[in-house]
Parts: sequence; structure tokens; C-alpha cells
Amino acid sequence: MKPTDISAPDYFHKVVDCQWACPAHTPVPEYIRLIADGRYSDAYMINWKSNVFPGILGRTCDRPCEPACRRGRVEENPVAICRLKRVAADFKDNVQHRMPKPGPKNGKRIALVGGGPASLAVARDLAPLGYHCTVFDSDPKAGGMMRSQIPKFRLPDSVIDEETGYILGLGVEFKGGHRVDSLKKLLAENYDAIFVGSGAPRGRELDIPGRKEAASNIHIGIEWLANVSFGHVDKIGRRVIVLGGGNTAMDCCRTARRLGGSDVKVVVRSGFEEMKASPWEKEDAMHEDIPILNFMVPVAFIHNNGKLTGVTFQKVKAEYDAKGRRNLVPAGEPDQTIPCDDVLVAVGQENAFPWIERDCGIEFDKWNMPKVDPKTFVSTNPKVFFGGDAAFGPKNIIWAVAHGHDAALSIHKLLSGEDINERPLPEVHVSSQKMGIHEWSYDNDISADKRFKVPHRDKVIALKDIRAEVELGYDVKLALGEAQRCLNCDVQTVFSAPLCIECDACVDICPMDCITFTENGEEDDLRQRLSAPSPHHDQALYVQDGLKTGRVMVKDEDVCLHCGLCAERCPTGAWDMQKYLIDMTYAGSTCQTKARSAA
Amino acid sequence: MTYIAKPKFHHPGLPKNELGYTHRDYEGKISTLCAGCGHDSITASIIEACYELSIEPHRVAKISGIGCSSKTPDYFLGNSHGFNSVHGRMPSVLTGANLANRDLIYLGVSGDGDSASIGFGQFAHSIRRGVNMTYIVENNGVYGLTKGQFSATADFGSKSKKGVTNTDNAIDLVAIALQLGATFVARSFSGDKTQLVPLIAAAIRHKGASFIDVISPCIAFNNHAGSTKSFDYVREHNDAVNRLDVLVGREPIAVDYAPGTVQVVEQHDGTKLALRKLDADYDPHDRLGAQNFLQKHAAKGQIVTGLLYVDPEAEDLHAHLDTVETPLNTLDEKALCPGSAALDKINASLR
Repeated sequence: MKPTDISAPDYFHKVVDCQWACPAHTPVPEYIRLIADGRYSDAYMINWKSNVFPGILGRTCDRPCEPACRRGRVEENPVAICRLKRVAADFKDNVQHRMPKPGPKNGKRIALVGGGPASLAVARDLAPLGYHCTVFDSDPKAGGMMRSQIPKFRLPDSVIDEETGYILGLGVEFKGGHRVDSLKKLLAENYDAIFVGSGAPRGRELDIPGRKEAASNIHIGIEWLANVSFGHVDKIGRRVIVLGGGNTAMDCCRTARRLGGSDVKVVVRSGFEEMKASPWEKEDAMHEDIPILNFMVPVAFIHNNGKLTGVTFQKVKAEYDAKGRRNLVPAGEPDQTIPCDDVLVAVGQENAFPWIERDCGIEFDKWNMPKVDPKTFVSTNPKVFFGGDAAFGPKNIIWAVAHGHDAALSIHKLLSGEDINERPLPEVHVSSQKMGIHEWSYDNDISADKRFKVPHRDKVIALKDIRAEVELGYDVKLALGEAQRCLNCDVQTVFSAPLCIECDACVDICPMDCITFTENGEEDDLRQRLSAPSPHHDQALYVQDGLKTGRVMVKDEDVCLHCGLCAERCPTGAWDMQKYLIDMTYAGSTCQTKARSAA
Repeated sequence: MTYIAKPKFHHPGLPKNELGYTHRDYEGKISTLCAGCGHDSITASIIEACYELSIEPHRVAKISGIGCSSKTPDYFLGNSHGFNSVHGRMPSVLTGANLANRDLIYLGVSGDGDSASIGFGQFAHSIRRGVNMTYIVENNGVYGLTKGQFSATADFGSKSKKGVTNTDNAIDLVAIALQLGATFVARSFSGDKTQLVPLIAAAIRHKGASFIDVISPCIAFNNHAGSTKSFDYVREHNDAVNRLDVLVGREPIAVDYAPGTVQVVEQHDGTKLALRKLDADYDPHDRLGAQNFLQKHAAKGQIVTGLLYVDPEAEDLHAHLDTVETPLNTLDEKALCPGSAALDKINASLR
């Protein structure tokens, strides 16, 4: 193998698995260290810069970081990254004075369609640069689906008000209750750029017999949730069936439990394991006495003269073809009818752009989705950008934020007369953490604690009040314990071959058998010859040559604890622990046009 | 010196031996030796050898004297018996323990000061008596704990860190061990675990006095130009006569080397030693030849390593003395007080 080029900005970034997996590339270990240090406001601001909604995401994020967390490969559970983010939001001081100030106006006007996370992220990046941002939303308050679809017992309004308030406080104009019903009209208002962050607002239908006849007791999940959220709906039948296996279905069933549904069931087509809902959301639902029945396909709504009485399901099983694709085939068992009073349909969301005229320069593909560049988020109309669910279909808040940052950068470059396809590289800082012979500026003693549970409100009380937040969040002590579980993966092991005397001290001390000195070879061959097996090919091997014996140093990054013992036991300082920080490029970062190399 | 404990986490794919232990289960406390010390690599090699042999840690007694090397038993086999004895007296304590209980595996760990100076006589007598043990000398040619004076194994003409030339002749412990009748003699280098680990494993399986001299550079006081025990010097002058694979149990020997280049030696307990010859003329069964070979190569400045001599049919001290097989602490009253008839018989035999 060729020696690893650690100056490439991505190399160490990938070692920080959580940060790499986060669409917005939040510097997770950095803010977790600040939490451990009690510096909650600093931790909050690091989050705020990357993901814009720390308090909201700390309660609701899909957490792509946690399955990626190295701790999950070392023991059973990853670090509770998401809930630590909430700790930063819960315990911070007033941070209003640390927010950017609205910049002097530059005379450029941006229209943002939809007041959800994507649009607000764009406004957050552009307003301080002097752009006049106008956000349009049909709801009276900003937040989009974060406000309308996420139940209040998971995300209180106060958190949404605070975090949307930081953005609107940057001089962003918010036009609530104003539905944009024609892009043509909006284009005619001569905005310098338009950002479409209107989400995926349409719940998918389930067109099976009885749907029309029993319509008054069959509700589309996201619409029903929005109606609950705005107080239009405040009760439901005693027996409720929720169809669908995603996170919306989980929100539906838990909401139904609080509005009078005492017998609520979730029924899914797939197997329990393949459900789209996050494991913790399934757990929370089951904790509230909601059974999840799987491998059942709804075939008919049963009604008595238009009064819904139940749903009939066909039982299926999963079969896998030669390519490993799953097919659901009839199990051969008799159909089952489950009686119920109401059904909530949460089988998916769709995009809908009835308000975009097809002759205003925006091309659509065969799925009726706008053609959007995945890097710059520009549509085929150079002044119109898309982001969030509106761009590539339903995802989640953190992806919407990441899209917002990238679209804001594109808009800023476009309106600065630059090529939007030229994306400046991020800025990277790498600095030694050595403080003394055996002292490091981070806590390298590895905690053996198991993941701490987040305290929940008592179930009886929680189910009585739809606005009572179920999760109470970590207290300071629990937060400290959980923060200590972080392995500091951003403190990198950096090897200098010219200093190495090949004494094997690092090999002997490494608790995870990560380090091997051996003859060089092709990657597949090398992976076979390491001190410990290396089954994860997506995890890099760090290879360095230039040793006196002609061998190479190979470090498998996979399960390194970043404990620094290799560096402590190295007599010549050939190993050093160096903190890697990456500054993602946002709109308005300096040196925009000049592609910078890594530090 | 490291202040944090080594994390308990280990690689999730770590293989386990027959007992279900990983090599991590054979570790002891974290080393307090200087960073980069060769002794730590020997510690790691002992851990690896015991892991590979699936040794039950509580069947091992590790015994040492005084010095950097003699501290190391604290760093391996944390669940074994241990005795950190007086300077140079490891061989006596080991001999006594072995006589009292022959069922344990005896690991004697010593250094060049402990064995070639203050304990030279003790070393000599334990070897000539054929105590069943693995005697490892962690040989760095220098008194590390007292800041770098030449030890008795420092080569004539080699230079100290301060630039002083050694005017005393060196004791070659391997040559002495051969002369005194050790039945398993090897030399190795802490920087070459592929050679060292099988040698330790074979020595543990050898019934009789096994002696391994391991050259182990002292990072703090003996790793400079002019030293003959530095990493660079040993790597440049290392003349390995053979490579060893240890095969335990009934596994068939599947070594795919050219015919004639591999020699298989079967020890008492059925352990097979597959010796891959690197020097075609070297015969590890020839005690006299080995002594000649060593001296000739030493004169040329070469350091001969590998399995230098083995007598697979060796006997140990217990066989020589015809002692009772049962460990003394498990002999019951009936065996210890056989009655007046037995006494009469003994008395009669002495008349």
C-alpha cells in the first residue's frame, strides 16, 4: 500500500466516525469534551454553528452519528450523542449575545419558500452577510414540520420558539400564514434568488377497498398530527390502528394514546427489524403499551354503512431472492380482521409542487421531482434552489440543515459573481495535545461505563398530558458520565517514521491490537496479516513507510480507543496525539474562490 | 511510566485459545519501565507464548530477583503465582519451589546483573542441577536502575552512553549454560517477536533446564552508537541459525518448506519443534559444535540467535533425586508417617 496522506482533509475526518456520518459534520467529540468540562454554552455554540437547531435536534434527530460511533464497535452501545446535544441546550446560559449580528444590508433579496429547517438554515447563513431574507410559510409560526408534525411531548414549543427566534432575530422577515401558490408570481417579484424548502407535505394514500366509504374515521398521519399540533383535533376513538412503520407512525400511535386511544396498535407490512422507525422510537412506543404487529398487509377497511369497524390484513412472510432482495409473499394463513374505531395512515410522505408552474424554467424528472444538482442544490433555473425534503424527497431535519448550508453557499457565490460549482475546501487544524511526558490536554483515561439511560417522566403522568415532555434529559451528573464515554476520536494518532526505532512499545501497549509492523503488501493481503482481524474495509488502514528495517507501520483505525498509550509508551515521540478540527465552508467564509489545501 | 490503567476493552475479533482466553487475559499490571524498554517486548512475548500454549495462569509460578528485568513478572500473568526474591537469588527460590511442587510451570525471570554478577553462582548451580524451569535473562548489558554502568555481559570494547570504553571481558551466559549442561539453550532479541515467542513456548514445554538469553536494548542507557546491545547494532549483527515453529498436540506437521531444510524435534511431552534451518551447517543437537560455532561467530562480532541446543530426552532434577511425585503440600498423614514398620526397614538398611 502507498503511505497514507494524512494531510488530505477527509482522512482524519473519516476517523471521527460520528462527525463524518453527520450530514452537517458537527464536531461531536469537541462539544462533548466541553460538556464534560461544564462549558455548556460553548458546546451549544459549536452545535449551533454546524446544525443550527441543537435543542430541537437534541430531542428529535435521526442520529446518523450514533450507529457510526466507534464506541458501538468496542462495546454494546454508542455514546448518547444526541441526548448530550440536548444537555448543551438545556444547561447553557443566555447565548443571545453570542449570536451573529445582522450585517449591513447588501441590497440583495432572497425569498425562502417554507419556514422549516432548510429555509431557516439558509437564512441563518445569509442574513448576517447582509442579504434581505423573506421566509414564507402557510403556518403562523416558523418551524415547518418541526412544529406541525413532531408531537409536543417530544419537542415542546418553547424550544422551537427559542431556536427559530435566534434566526428570525438576524433581521429575517417572516411572512406567516402566507402560502406561496405560484412560483411564477414569486419570480415576478424580482428576488435575487429563491430557495424552495417546502418539504414533503403530502401524506401517502392507502387506496384499498373501504377507504372512501369509511373516510371519516381514516386519517392521513401527518395531516392528523398537524391538526393535533394546532389544536384542531383533541380526541380519537378508543381502539386505534396505525398503519406504517416509520417514525411518523410512532408519533401517531403515541399521540393517539394521549387523546383517548386506550387500545392502540401499530401494524406493519415488513418484519419488525426492517421497520423504518428508529429503534429508540419503537422502544418508546412499546413502553407506552403499544404493540407492533408485523408481516401484515392491509387489504380492506371494514365498515358498517360508512362507520369504520376494522381493518382486514393478509399475513405475509419474507422471502429473499438470489440477489438478497426481499419479497413479501402470502404466508398462506387466513386473513385477520382487527376491530377498531379509527385508523391513522402513516405509510410515507410525498413531495407536491402544484404551485410550481411547469413553464418557469424548472425541469422535473419522471418522478415529478425537480431536477436539482446534489452539490449546489440549484435547479435548472439558475436563480432557484431547492433543499431539505423538497430537494430529494423525505429525509430528516439534520439533512435539511446540511442542504441549507450548501444552498446558502451557492446563493452567496452566485450573487457574488462566482462559479457556484467551485466549492472551497474546508479548513483543517491539527495540533498536538501533549502537555507533559504523560499529560495530554484531553482526558485519555477510558471510561468503562455502559450507556446511561435518559430519565423519563412517569408513564401515568406522561400519558395524561399531551404537552408533557416524556424525556426529562440528563442531569449534570448523568451528562458527565455519558460524556466520559466519548473516545475522543478527533484526537488523532499521528506517526512519524523517521523518529521510530521499531522497539514495539506501541504494539505491546495498544489495548486494541491496532498497530502492526510488517512487510508491505496490497491492502487485502495486509489486512490478513495484522495483529488483530480487520473485517471492516470501510475503516482505513494508516500506513507509513520509511522505517530502518524496510517494514511499514500499519494502524487499523477501526477500533482505536484514542487512549494515547502508544504515544505515552513511545520513547522517541514517533507517535503523537493531535487534535483534528475541521471548519466546514459556509457562505461568507474567507478566501472563497481560492481552493485551500489542508493545514 | 504511564499513569492510566490499560483499558479493559479489547479488539472484538480477538481470537481465543482452547481455554477461551484471549491474549489480553494473560496480561498483568501496566508496565512501570521506561517507555520503549526491550523488557516490555519480552513481557509481551511471554504473554503470547502462554496464550498460544493455552496455559492455565494458576499453573504458573513466576520468580524473579532484583532489577528492571525482575520487575517484569508484575506485568504479565496477573493471575499466576509470583515470588520477587532477593537480588541474584531467584534460582535458589525457584529450585526450592520446584522441589516442593513439581506440578507447576516455573518461569525464572532475571537480568544480566541479577544472573551474571550477584547471582552468577546461583545461575550456574540451578542450570547444572537440571531444574525443570524456563530461565529467561533479559540482557541489556547495563545497570539501568543505577544509571548506566557496564554490566558483566557488556562486550569488551563497547562504549557507554558517556563514551567510556569497556575494558572488562564479557560473560556469555549462553556459553556458560551450554557448558554447565542446560538441555535447552536459545538466544533471541526483544525486537524480534516472531523468533522469541516460539522459543519461549518451546522452552516452557521442555522438561529440564531451559535457558534463554534475550538481548533487550535499554532505551535510557544503552541504545547509542558504540553500544553492542542497541536496536541498530543487534539488527545489523543478528545471525539467526534457525526459525522455530512449535506444534502442540497431535496436529499434523504441515510445513511447506523445501525438503531437508526443516528438522522436526519431538520433546518428551509430544510437543514437536519444527526447525527451519537458516544456516545449513548448524546442528542444534551438538553441544560441542554449538560452543565452537558461538565462539567463532562472536569473534567475528556476530550475535548468534535461534534455538542453539536442545536435548529432547533430557531428565530433570526430580528424576536425578528420585523424589516423590506428589507435591509436598498434598501429601497426607499416612504418606508422611508410614509407621514403625517402615522406620524399622529404613534403620535396617542403614545397619
